[in-house]
Amino acid sequence: MYSTKYVKAKDIDDAATIMASAEDGKFLAGGMTLIPTLKQRLANPDCLVDLSACGLSAIADDGSAIRVGAMTRHVEVAESALVQKTIPAVADLAGHIGDRQVRNCGTIGGSLANNDPAACYPAALLALGGTVHTQSRSIAAEDYFDGMFETTLEEDEVIREVSLPKPEKAAYVKFPNPASRYAMVGVFVAKFADGVRVAVTGAGEDGVFRASDLEAALDANFSADAIADGTVSADGLMSDIHASAEYRAHLIGEMTRRAVTACG
Amino acid sequence: MPEGTVKQGIGASVRRKEDKRFLIGKGNYTDDINRAGQLHVYFLRSPVAFADIVSIDKQKAEKASGVVAILTGEDVAADNLGGPICGWVPTNKDGSAPSEPPHPILANGRVRYVGDHVAAVFAETLEQAMSAAELIDVTYSEMPAITDLKTAMDKPQIHDGMENNTYFDWELGDEAATNDAFDKAATIVKVDIRNNRVIPNAMEPRAAVADYDTGDERYTLFTTSQNPQLTRLVIGAFMLNIPESKLRVVAPDVGGGFGSKIYVYPEEAVCVWASKKLRRAVKWTADRTQAFLGDAHGRDHISDVKLALDKNNRITGLRVDTLANLGAYLSAFAMVTPTYLHGTLLSGVYDIPAIYTNVKGICTNTVNVDAYRGAGRPEATYLLERTMDVAAKQVGMDPAEFRRLNFIPKDAFPYQTAVALQYDVGDYEPLLDRAMAMIDYKNFENRRAKSAKNGKCRGIGMSTYIEACGIAPSAVVGALGGRVGLYESAVVRVDPTGTISVLTGTHSHGQGHDTTFAQLVCDKLGVDIEAVEIVHGDSDRTAFGMGTYGSRSLAVGGTAISKALDKVIAKGKIIAAHMLEAADADIEFKDGKFTVTGTDREKSFGEIALSAYVPHNFPHDRLEPGLEETSFYDPLNFTYPSGTHIAEVEIDPATGVVELMDWVCCDDFGNLINPMVVEGQVHGGIAQGVGQALYEEAAYNDNGQLLSASYMDYCMPRADHFPSLKVENLVTACTHNDLGVKGCGEAGAIASPPAVINAVVDALSPLGVTDITMPATPQKVWQAIQSAQTKAAE
Repeated sequence: MYSTKYVKAKDIDDAATIMASAEDGKFLAGGMTLIPTLKQRLANPDCLVDLSACGLSAIADDGSAIRVGAMTRHVEVAESALVQKTIPAVADLAGHIGDRQVRNCGTIGGSLANNDPAACYPAALLALGGTVHTQSRSIAAEDYFDGMFETTLEEDEVIREVSLPKPEKAAYVKFPNPASRYAMVGVFVAKFADGVRVAVTGAGEDGVFRASDLEAALDANFSADAIADGTVSADGLMSDIHASAEYRAHLIGEMTRRAVTACG
Repeated sequence: MPEGTVKQGIGASVRRKEDKRFLIGKGNYTDDINRAGQLHVYFLRSPVAFADIVSIDKQKAEKASGVVAILTGEDVAADNLGGPICGWVPTNKDGSAPSEPPHPILANGRVRYVGDHVAAVFAETLEQAMSAAELIDVTYSEMPAITDLKTAMDKPQIHDGMENNTYFDWELGDEAATNDAFDKAATIVKVDIRNNRVIPNAMEPRAAVADYDTGDERYTLFTTSQNPQLTRLVIGAFMLNIPESKLRVVAPDVGGGFGSKIYVYPEEAVCVWASKKLRRAVKWTADRTQAFLGDAHGRDHISDVKLALDKNNRITGLRVDTLANLGAYLSAFAMVTPTYLHGTLLSGVYDIPAIYTNVKGICTNTVNVDAYRGAGRPEATYLLERTMDVAAKQVGMDPAEFRRLNFIPKDAFPYQTAVALQYDVGDYEPLLDRAMAMIDYKNFENRRAKSAKNGKCRGIGMSTYIEACGIAPSAVVGALGGRVGLYESAVVRVDPTGTISVLTGTHSHGQGHDTTFAQLVCDKLGVDIEAVEIVHGDSDRTAFGMGTYGSRSLAVGGTAISKALDKVIAKGKIIAAHMLEAADADIEFKDGKFTVTGTDREKSFGEIALSAYVPHNFPHDRLEPGLEETSFYDPLNFTYPSGTHIAEVEIDPATGVVELMDWVCCDDFGNLINPMVVEGQVHGGIAQGVGQALYEEAAYNDNGQLLSASYMDYCMPRADHFPSLKVENLVTACTHNDLGVKGCGEAGAIASPPAVINAVVDALSPLGVTDITMPATPQKVWQAIQSAQTKAAE
């Protein structure tokens, strides 16, 4: 890696101030993507602003939603009694990200800020209709994701916490990429009183997206049988050496059926 | 075997002596070695697959912080250095010699694959070398990359003067007799075979530390090698023109090789060269990306296979036409792997009267391809064992019974195949029977039906393989174009107190030689295993030996140790006879004691050792003092391990995911020295073969970029991919070495790929799928099901 400056921010405002003074700074959350990127010399930031001392890791019940601090590690979400009780699908999702080492370092805020098109958390945020809270504003999931590795966060904007509404039922089923174990297709199905929301990660050319055809089918009939073959179009889906767009389209249908079944 | 030593001698599953140092972090790998004042070298590699180098501007880089020197192909040419050589060169079918285009250790004027070495940057730290490399301005004039094996022959020359991008065009067997078999055949079976390209992925990447001593004008190279003596010979005599005695090569602990660390690559030679030129020690350690882009890849064949059967379904002829992708430059054993290690195995375990094969070695703008665990034999086994299944299906026979019908019968040994080899011994039916019993073959259809109830497709597949190991009889090798001998050396050095060092020319990089070889000593000499040290990997300490590959270390190296031990015992008997005042013929050696037959007069092994070094009462008129014996053993034949592997898979047709449900194998490796070590070797081999069959693929795009150049895209087999592997053995002892051993290191990787694919095709056959290429990834399986269903609907 290139040499760089490392600063541990005291709190979220301090982090933003340091970032504003850096020429090309990067926030360091869990570092599970950033550190390998640095090691391969694919990024050359002049400053790393470590968020680990900003007091951003807590999980709280907020009535109709749960609030998860940005620096909460995957292992903490997976093992949280509150999450397991209120949105078990999210605990399950967190418990299957990466491997044990990744889950002990990686954070929900880091994952959402990076918006890797194959990451799991974006599917949860979008399907649950959650909200990203920064030091200055709240951004609805619909307005947050802005294409592959892009979000609507400003340069010096730091995620403080994420609120995730509690659904009636939800499940996340992922088909891992055989090599990387990232989601090659991941489908988060959430059933609320006012309708079903389905978010798909790992497959879209623009990153995570809501599958409106699947939502309509499940609104009409919340059962695996409601998803016929060919419901999902291959248009706009990624194609690579592991999966063609057509195969991904098929897997989205299949993973959705499995998620609906898992909802019980 | 001597009484009292069975717990440590031949046949005992002794725990591996070497594991303690690995488990407590005391292993000593090349990257652990640092020399005073060492420089770090970073190699600037070509980002393009095929281009002329218009210019290299290194001025800015040379001024960068910490940079000591930057060397390029011009410096290599100015110093008149040679490149890596090809160690075994078969003759073309028209009698001409194959093409051996030069392979400069730093590219001179042209780059031929992504990763080709363009410049070597030497700096005080690795970071400084990497930063300086970014400042080198190389102008390339790009040409269209040639990556497709089928069309490469029709493309422009990658090496000037090498026509049709073909290194060689080789044949073996009797074409007329084979044609005749097809003319008369009742059934002809045709199969298109693709053997996918894989990347070795040893856990430890390659590394080198070279140091030139200006005092005694001698080089020392520490490196990740499977054969340090051969590395010394090649670098010294063929690349850098260094007298062999002035170059010491040490391969310390090495973390896996699988073939990829047999060869001498440019990096190691550059380190040695620069250590004198710059008067500083030089260190290089590959990172994983460099390993993907630089280590020789494996396999990558396309074959057209045709099998002729008579009306009784007996095989009468086999024809195999193969294109082998050898990559941009010839690696050391690139030419022998698809020829004499491949074509000669095409008879498998079957009695096939007529065989003909033609193999063309093709140059492409990809990483060099060379021997990878099994080396040619997995490719031969895969095409033959897939063809056996297709043939059985075509004639409506059970695959097991079709194989059995065509087995070489046990009373036919020694058996001369139609492709040069003579199998000394074997008995294939009991191996098949035992494996079928282990997996409960006869009740498979019940299990298939049960899986079907759960929406899963279950399949069973087998492979009845043979391999030629114990490489190799030097005279045969020489007659077939080999430029090396393939004997092995052993020195047994008994210390005055009776402890023993065995200096072997083989090299252990995971195989457990420290244990297995020590067991040979315990067995022969009756000493405790703690009294035995195995020394390997240092050209200053061991006798010249050929290293470890081709499942040769025990069959060849172990036999050399056994013969040296016999010499020690023979000398000990004469010393004992003198001390006990008896005739030589009256001395017997057993359980570590020299005894006058029929008496209780005896001398312990330790007493004899002491007498050899403190020779006060010693037969000086007959013997020299000391107790150290050397043996160079050249095998009389290859060894022929064989066996049956059977895989059972379950496939989820909704996703295409293949799950291994059961694995059994019954192998014949001849006598076993350490059954636990053997089982471990079989496990590892199966895992690598399953990796090739289901997960691994080195994928290039049309521009010659390696798409699977990291673990994000290159899928390795994982522990949770496997059921508990059931491994058993039967023994027919090798007839031509003292130990009756055959070798076990490559068997799993050779046997397993066709068993997996046969099982996958069997599982999918109810859906109309008749073939699938490796690796059978979820996408490929799903697509095969879709195509079959589309076809059925038409």
